[in-house]
Amino acid sequence: MTWYDLRKSTSDITRNRINRAPLPLLATGLPWLTIMLASMANFSPIIASAPILPPIAYMMLLAWRMLRPGMLPVWAGLPLGLFDDLYSGQPFGSGILLWSATLLAMEVVDEQFRWRGFVGDWAVAGSLTTAYLFLCSTLATLATGYLLPLVIAPQVLVSLVLYPVMTGIVALLDRIRLIPLKRL
Amino acid sequence: MARSQDRRPGNSRRAQYGVFTGYVIAIIGVVAGIAVVAVSLINPDAFSFARSSASEVARPMGQAGAKGRATSQGVIAAVGAYFNAGRQNAALTREVEAARANAVTMQSLQDENRRLKALLGIVDTANRPVATAHLIGSTAASTRRFAVIDVGSRLGVQAGQPVRAAAGLIGRVIEAGPNTARVLLITDPENVVPVRRVRDGLAAFVQGASNGRIDIRLINMGVNPVKKGDVFVTSGSGGLYPPGIPVAVATEPHRDGAIGHLAADPADNEFVVVQPAYRQQALMQLEQIEKDGVKSTSETP
Repeated sequence: MTWYDLRKSTSDITRNRINRAPLPLLATGLPWLTIMLASMANFSPIIASAPILPPIAYMMLLAWRMLRPGMLPVWAGLPLGLFDDLYSGQPFGSGILLWSATLLAMEVVDEQFRWRGFVGDWAVAGSLTTAYLFLCSTLATLATGYLLPLVIAPQVLVSLVLYPVMTGIVALLDRIRLIPLKRL
Repeated sequence: MARSQDRRPGNSRRAQYGVFTGYVIAIIGVVAGIAVVAVSLINPDAFSFARSSASEVARPMGQAGAKGRATSQGVIAAVGAYFNAGRQNAALTREVEAARANAVTMQSLQDENRRLKALLGIVDTANRPVATAHLIGSTAASTRRFAVIDVGSRLGVQAGQPVRAAAGLIGRVIEAGPNTARVLLITDPENVVPVRRVRDGLAAFVQGASNGRIDIRLINMGVNPVKKGDVFVTSGSGGLYPPGIPVAVATEPHRDGAIGHLAADPADNEFVVVQPAYRQQALMQLEQIEKDGVKSTSETP
């Protein structure tokens, strides 16, 4: 995907002025940066005694992947999952494993369901997020040796509901990403 | 949405190799992930250095968040206080009068206590906290329950030290970096705390259920004597937690125990205190008694 294609689909604030282009650093780096910041979101003011936040970083990854396929390389799950592991509290490595597997799964989904609308995206993201939360809690169970039934149920529901909001945020970030700040 | 465009990069060898390498690295990621998970399940401390340096990096952000939390709670409390200021004033005046009377009684009791202790030769431990800390983060999206505090080994915080708030037990330190430490909350299923019922010393233990409540289980099986509203405090057995810290209030008794609410919810507590591990305290107490014993025997003649 070339810069030309990306700019073609943006709206008026990113209208192609004659001698302006998006900053390359911002245009390629913003997805990575926002996903990493979302990973650090558990340093937010919420000190929870139960898992209540949806997996924001993972949902952000899925939203970027849905909105701009081909923008994040297929291997992005390795570094981003590693970074998420530093803050998530899961057994170390679960992020590396599950995020890499997710991006590979998305390649398969893209191949199988080539033309899908927003509802299709939502269904794919919902099932991937549910599977992710379930596997995360399975790994945590392996680590503690204590079965945790139904603890993730509120998280699953919240993350299903919040997917459109997350795509909205990512769409906004995408417009910021392509603001033509660079003078040619 | 249309399929991504760069999946079939045409006849360019270089682009084809690029796509292929991407898949190879992604599959390496999956394999490496499995290996790293296996290592961290066998040895949970294996990557603690990485986690604690990551917490160090995020520490300023967490501190800012903690300040923001305190301010927002303060604002809400101030607005609330404004509405019932008159009623509260009257109630507080009454309370202060009662407290003043109580304080006099307390004073005399304390004096008596001191005299009796001196008579028996009991020495109070210097139960001084290791450090006072902000809670600056927690794993809000994971079923494992950890929190991060903004003090670390530089102030003497070590793994194994209990962490408490004013109202009760919060958890224990499991990893300490230079300026941050990771706390295993009592709601985590890995954290098992020996407790006793305040009323009669009924022994039990408490295990986190990861959903904000905790599971109180009795050690002696039989007819379940736990009632709604029973308060459980740490018993001090095991040598980690000092005795007498409130842990849980039983809310739903079941066949062999009860589901309990936390005595101190980490969400409500901005400041926590890190205490020395109880065994160390006990050792210090023993040494102190021995020292004092030598002193008093040498003084007596």
